[in-house]
Amino acid sequence: MNFPILSSLILLPSIGALFLFFTKSKSENKITAKYVALFTSLVNFFLSIYLWFLFDQTTSAFQFVEDRIWIKGLINYKVGVDGISILFIILTTFITPLCIISVNNSVTKRLNEFLIAILVMETFMIGVFCSLDLVVFYLFFEAGLIPMFLIIGIWGGARRVYSAFKFFLFTLLGSVLMLVAIISIYWITGTTDVVQLYELGIDTKYQNLLWLAFFSSFAVKTPMWPVHTWLPDAHVEAPTAGSVLLAAILLKMAGYGFIRFSLGLFPSASEVFTPLIYTLSVIAIIFTSLIALMQEDMKKLIAYSSVAHMGFVTLGIFTIQQQGIEGSIIQMISHGLVSAALFLCVGVVYDRMHSRLIATYGGIVTIIPKYAILFMVFTLAALGLPGTSGFVGEFLILMAAFKDNFLVAVLASLGVIIGAAYMLWLYKRVIFGKLINSELKKMIDLNKSEAFTLTCLAIPTLYFGFYPEPLINTIEVSISDLIDTYNFSVASKQ
Amino acid sequence: MNNIELIFPEIFISLSIMFLLILGVFKKDSSKIIHNISLLVLLITAVITFNETLSINPTTLFNESIVIDYLSSFMKIVTLLAAFVVLLISSNYLRTFKIFKIEYPILILSSVLGMMIMISSSDLIVFYMGLELQSLALYVLATFNRDQLKSSEAGLKYFVLSALSSGLLLYGCSLIYGFTGSTNFNVISTQFNTNEYAITFGIVFILVGLSFKISAVPFHMWAPDVYEGSPTSVTLFFTMVPKIAALTVFIRFLYVPFLNLIDQWQMILVFLSIASMLFGAIAAIGQKNLKRLIAYSSISHIGYALAGLATGSNEGIQSSVIYMTIYIIMNLGFFSCLLMMKRNNIYYEQIDDLSGLSKNHPLLSISLLIILFSLAGIPPLAGFFAKFYIFKSVIEQSMYFLAIVGLLSTVVAAFYYLRIIKIMYFDEEKDSYDKDHNLWLKLSLTVSTILILMYFIFPSELIDVVSKINII
Repeated sequence: MNFPILSSLILLPSIGALFLFFTKSKSENKITAKYVALFTSLVNFFLSIYLWFLFDQTTSAFQFVEDRIWIKGLINYKVGVDGISILFIILTTFITPLCIISVNNSVTKRLNEFLIAILVMETFMIGVFCSLDLVVFYLFFEAGLIPMFLIIGIWGGARRVYSAFKFFLFTLLGSVLMLVAIISIYWITGTTDVVQLYELGIDTKYQNLLWLAFFSSFAVKTPMWPVHTWLPDAHVEAPTAGSVLLAAILLKMAGYGFIRFSLGLFPSASEVFTPLIYTLSVIAIIFTSLIALMQEDMKKLIAYSSVAHMGFVTLGIFTIQQQGIEGSIIQMISHGLVSAALFLCVGVVYDRMHSRLIATYGGIVTIIPKYAILFMVFTLAALGLPGTSGFVGEFLILMAAFKDNFLVAVLASLGVIIGAAYMLWLYKRVIFGKLINSELKKMIDLNKSEAFTLTCLAIPTLYFGFYPEPLINTIEVSISDLIDTYNFSVASKQ
Repeated sequence: MNNIELIFPEIFISLSIMFLLILGVFKKDSSKIIHNISLLVLLITAVITFNETLSINPTTLFNESIVIDYLSSFMKIVTLLAAFVVLLISSNYLRTFKIFKIEYPILILSSVLGMMIMISSSDLIVFYMGLELQSLALYVLATFNRDQLKSSEAGLKYFVLSALSSGLLLYGCSLIYGFTGSTNFNVISTQFNTNEYAITFGIVFILVGLSFKISAVPFHMWAPDVYEGSPTSVTLFFTMVPKIAALTVFIRFLYVPFLNLIDQWQMILVFLSIASMLFGAIAAIGQKNLKRLIAYSSISHIGYALAGLATGSNEGIQSSVIYMTIYIIMNLGFFSCLLMMKRNNIYYEQIDDLSGLSKNHPLLSISLLIILFSLAGIPPLAGFFAKFYIFKSVIEQSMYFLAIVGLLSTVVAAFYYLRIIKIMYFDEEKDSYDKDHNLWLKLSLTVSTILILMYFIFPSELIDVVSKINII
């Protein structure tokens, strides 16, 4: 293993961004800039597919590990992947080119800088999923705030300043406690290397506080109720590509963090706090689903549905069973695909009508039939219809939840029903019904690039719905090993 | 006299000051040449300091009243280089206000001389001498734009309040002398066993005086007014250079004679640190003038440096030194931007004047963006690492409260840095500023931005250098 494939994955987008930075952003260069960005992100995508191809599914050890001295005697730059992280990397590299394709209509000013922001963002997102050192993780985790703040603030909607500030400050506030915890871990154990920490374990008397500090960061990022309020604002105001990145990948950082760090490093604390997570998850699922029912803005509705879906994810993770965690990861991948697609769908009609209000639309099924079909696929995937990837995740999570806690599982299932209600109602109001607004007649159906991006998202959604085997095979060994370690350390405590 | 070569830098700089004064008196229109010679003097002094003193073992001179060790040499070099850059980039500003005079470089040299004496002092009287030399030069520098009311006001305010604090400081010195019978740091450390409480009084007075010099809350009141009123290039000098010297004295004064009394002064330092971090962050939110804002921001930053000192460990001292070094680089970048905001020979310094800067000046605004995010302590920029080292040393001493308050105040502080970024990037554009800037100004902005941005690639270098500082 000589070729540093993970570092290449991390660095490539930044190199592309640097290249864009030094090309003049004149109007005739706009197309070139886009192709440069697209090319970079596609190379990254194929590189990550190659990574998946090389990936050994039979071991739970970290692969492609690179370990270099970074701050002497303090921190090593260490990256590596296992079954849990590799899927997120592929998700990131898959979504980013689609984002870049989709910027056609929504971003008119400063396209060059927008593409730079997206590529830099990709660097940080991949870095989060690769890093095997807590400080390196924190670095990437926090650095992502900068490009996202700019994406929302510069290219966002009317209330963009408020939303950008809220996003930045909420997330930063959550994260600083994690920094305290990371430094404390260094002080307690003498290392921040995740692999070593897995072996050493952390003294149980410290675990609860450390767990809470990590939780404060991940809960904001997930987002869990009651700190989810930044998400609808950020989603509504962000440009389409920003919303897509936010929903598809940024939220997954927290779910990944829960699995990798909360479960992996603090098993006994995770056991202690499982009821807390269950409660918050169930509240998130039911409460935000009810809120979603009442939304009049399409983006806001999807944003609230994201909170509900992430509620399932946290619920699944903390069942601490094979099925539950597998379900959570599949749910995250599926949500990454589906929410990205839904935001793109909203973007499509917004570009034409410049309104995100549900009331503006209605009866457009005959006018833009291709759009209606693809939107239907994603609506059904979002509500978890069997045959879509949404179903696999939710089903596994609920199965695990039923084994663990009947009441929680029943309440969560209730959330599935409300979820179906708001998604179908949204679809009905936007696509079907009478055509009242005559402006809508001028709408044109999907153009080639829109159809391409949405189809690209629809294929894996359906494929993994029918045949989730490739996903499960990849994550299975890592998760069962994680659970074994967890059970061992919880048992040895008693 | 043994080891006299160790104070060659000070001797050289004093002789140069006298020479330049005489040159200024006898040669007409000599401000340009004196400016250039001063630059050269600063550079040569830095080189001498580097060559003669950096690699030697701790040595004392003049009856142990002057100490030359790694800390003093490092801080002197930082002081000299910072003063060098200040002088380098301030010429255009001074010309615009027609205050490009011979006194300016000479005053800067004298204050630097005072600071070098402060940094090396191991005796209360020597320390006071250095302090007064640098303060007197700074009073005049603050009023340097004497035709402007605000500048005179700034100087007067600085003078009155500074004199008051010097008085307190002297009172503290006399208390300590009275109870220990010596003004020498090393002698004091062996003498105070009997009169611990009385000496604590003395320590408190001296700490008050020093806190005033570094503008730590609650002794910060002068800073915003003086920073706003002084000429921008002098403000740049104020925000960085005197603080290095005062911080070194802080280190030496607390850690050499009074390390055993750490229980007494640690609380004071923790309070100063927390108050500065929080107050600096909160008070900056409402500011409209960039220089006032940077005054509050510097109050907040000095709070973090004090947090490192409050730990009572070598790591704490090192982290404070790293913090100040990185802070200086960020400050240089920020003020380079400020000095570029010129249109038709008028300098603009309100936050609103930055409105829409990113459209007309993409490179300037991306540099300022990086500097501001770094000041806010967002990774992967240098400012994050500065804070990281501080909090690492703080948590190593189990001072969790200090660490958590400090980190929460970074969130508050992030708000006002973000506000500047918002105005630059999200708001409507105004007329563009001049683009034909001094080469040195551009260079200083570029270099500081690149250092901040690229610090994460080579983080070990600075630590290697600083880790040789060993006081305890």
